[in-house]
Amino acid sequence: MAAMRAARAIAVATALGVVATACGSGGGAAGDETLDVWMYQDSLVVVQQGAVERFNEGSGAQAVITEVPGDSYQDKLRTSMGSGDQPDVFFNWGGGSIRSYVEADMLLPLDDMMEADPEFQESFIPSVMEAGRIDGVQYGVPMRGTQPVILFYNEELFEQVGAEPPETWEDVLALVETFTQEDITPFVLAGATAWTEQMWLQYLVDRNGGAEVFQRIQSGDPEGWRDPAVLESAQMVRDLVDSGAFGDNYGSVSYTEGAASALLAQGEGAMHLMGSWEYSTLLDQAPEFAEDGLGYVAFPAISGGEGDPANVVGNPANYFSVSADSPVEDAAVDFLKQTSSDAYVRDMIENGEVPTTTNAADLLDLSPSPDFATFQYEMVQNAPHFQLSWDQALPPSVSEGMLTEIQKLFNGQSTPEQFVDAMAGLQ
Amino acid sequence: MSVSAPLRTPRRRPGGPSVGRPGAVWALPAALFFLFFAVIPMGLVAYLSFTSWNGLGTPQFVGAQNWQRLAGDPVMHQGVLLSLGLTVGSWAVQTPISMLLGVWAAGPQRNRAVLAAVFFVPLLLSSAAIAIIWKALLDPNFGPLARIGPWLGLDSVSLLGSPSGAFAVIVFVSAWQFIPLHMLLYQGGARQIPASLYQAAEIDGASVPRRFLHITLPQLRNTITTSSVLMVVGSLTYFETVLILTGGGPGTSTSIVPYLMYRFGFMGYEMGYASAIAFTLVIVATAVSLVMVRLTGFGSMRSTREGM
Repeated sequence: MAAMRAARAIAVATALGVVATACGSGGGAAGDETLDVWMYQDSLVVVQQGAVERFNEGSGAQAVITEVPGDSYQDKLRTSMGSGDQPDVFFNWGGGSIRSYVEADMLLPLDDMMEADPEFQESFIPSVMEAGRIDGVQYGVPMRGTQPVILFYNEELFEQVGAEPPETWEDVLALVETFTQEDITPFVLAGATAWTEQMWLQYLVDRNGGAEVFQRIQSGDPEGWRDPAVLESAQMVRDLVDSGAFGDNYGSVSYTEGAASALLAQGEGAMHLMGSWEYSTLLDQAPEFAEDGLGYVAFPAISGGEGDPANVVGNPANYFSVSADSPVEDAAVDFLKQTSSDAYVRDMIENGEVPTTTNAADLLDLSPSPDFATFQYEMVQNAPHFQLSWDQALPPSVSEGMLTEIQKLFNGQSTPEQFVDAMAGLQ
Repeated sequence: MSVSAPLRTPRRRPGGPSVGRPGAVWALPAALFFLFFAVIPMGLVAYLSFTSWNGLGTPQFVGAQNWQRLAGDPVMHQGVLLSLGLTVGSWAVQTPISMLLGVWAAGPQRNRAVLAAVFFVPLLLSSAAIAIIWKALLDPNFGPLARIGPWLGLDSVSLLGSPSGAFAVIVFVSAWQFIPLHMLLYQGGARQIPASLYQAAEIDGASVPRRFLHITLPQLRNTITTSSVLMVVGSLTYFETVLILTGGGPGTSTSIVPYLMYRFGFMGYEMGYASAIAFTLVIVATAVSLVMVRLTGFGSMRSTREGM
């Protein structure tokens, strides 16, 4: 015991000594502080690299970006957080993706920083801030473009059959009939993974029962799955599948390998419900089609549904969070403020992202595709509620089981009733 | 007093002192490696299986909770059935093919050696590469199957998208990958069979199938046991191909036990529960191979040349 106490005393003394030295050396000379920033590796990291350069010029600390390859990002982060070798600032999806870190007291609450700088707080669209909040406390700052789920369609195919994009659920059902008669798959679906199928259920539950249905589930009440809106939505999914809305081999189509986007671009499928990144994917894969043949609308309204048809689902944004015991906490918090700077927002737009800051509207003309950027920006800006993807909103232990059940529903391995029971049984 | 001390006679084998016989010390390096990389981790896994741990902070001791859940989890029950199905299926598909190929390849002609080398190629590829290749080949929209299918009257072949199709693909791909290894074992086994047995049978007028049934098959029984144990334990722990080819899906239709262990542990961050699954797998795989070795008399190393 005595030894422990002695050790602790030494540790405290050393820490104080370090602080004293740091103070003594005078604010400006703290250039040896490094700030480790973890980023999900993709082509958009250039925006954060720009932010790091600007930050390093004006600050004593030196921020360094570690790019972690996408597929293993969550695993690597988990391991480094668990082993005590965590980054100071790191990229995440908000919601359930950071909840367990918050519960283990590993994240820094950002409320004080927000209160001290209301201008910073108000620079983001409120519905987007929400997914960075856990139990009412802000832990994440939006740092990437918004990614709502949008209904994309092939304009040429619609002209061919003389149809208009759907505005209501009745339109959807009618279009399914029209296209199946023409031997065109009405909806492309990358059903090899469940998150693409999840998008359908998210929108249907939101339109049928309103945002409150999932909010109840998200707050930890699995009985929320027994809300009639969930059963109704599951039934609608089955009806769609049975009527051939997704064709008959959607189960082997994968999104990440580009198959789904190719089907839409080549006219094999008429519509595709997908995140806004589908636009840049197509711009990359089939530029001519993306510029001339690609249409996009919001998810149709359901008459009699309780949800606001302006509600949006998807990823409101990605977030930066700060580790609770970061030795360079002040510098880390300071770095977060880069995300609302004009230069940062401009960089995002020029790289095809649609920022989540309220002042971005004027800059959207700088986007490589201003029409689409404006559509997307207004869709998010006007949404009363922006539901974070279910699998990111729920804790991982639940979301894994949920994704499996969703796939079973789509594949006809379970009925809507069995689906609801299975979901309510997940803990 | 003289009888109180136990009589200790040094155990010495007939035939002189044990010169050159390795002592226990020689086993020490291997034993240490085994201790650090097998026994201790296994002990940790056993301990973790009694805790609740999400990979952060300290594991919380929860008693037998994970084990109770394991016993009552329908997802696990299905996983066990699928693993058994895969094991039986793999054995039933791979054993006859690799035995016939192996015995055939043991023959003397030159072209056989070349063909045997070609057959061996799949084993040289990594499992991940194999899974990616087959995924591309079976793609229902852009793969070769989509082009060939219509000629064969198959309009839409979505093997990986249908529950039974995906399972069949797993069995097939594992056979494609591992038959070469077992073929090699059987080839080696068949070459050991004395030619005099066949010559005698030929003189007696035994047909080729008879010779195979009455000479080759019994002579190969140790090889069959070796190959079967490898197949069974391999199927029980089969993992990478499932992860890449089907991701355990569609739904849970290819979620075999090792995949579930990964899913619960590294996707759901329920390390305690995943540890319980892992430990079960260790016990079952060990028990199965011990039982197989015991039942077939392989353990006693009875020679195939008895009575010759």
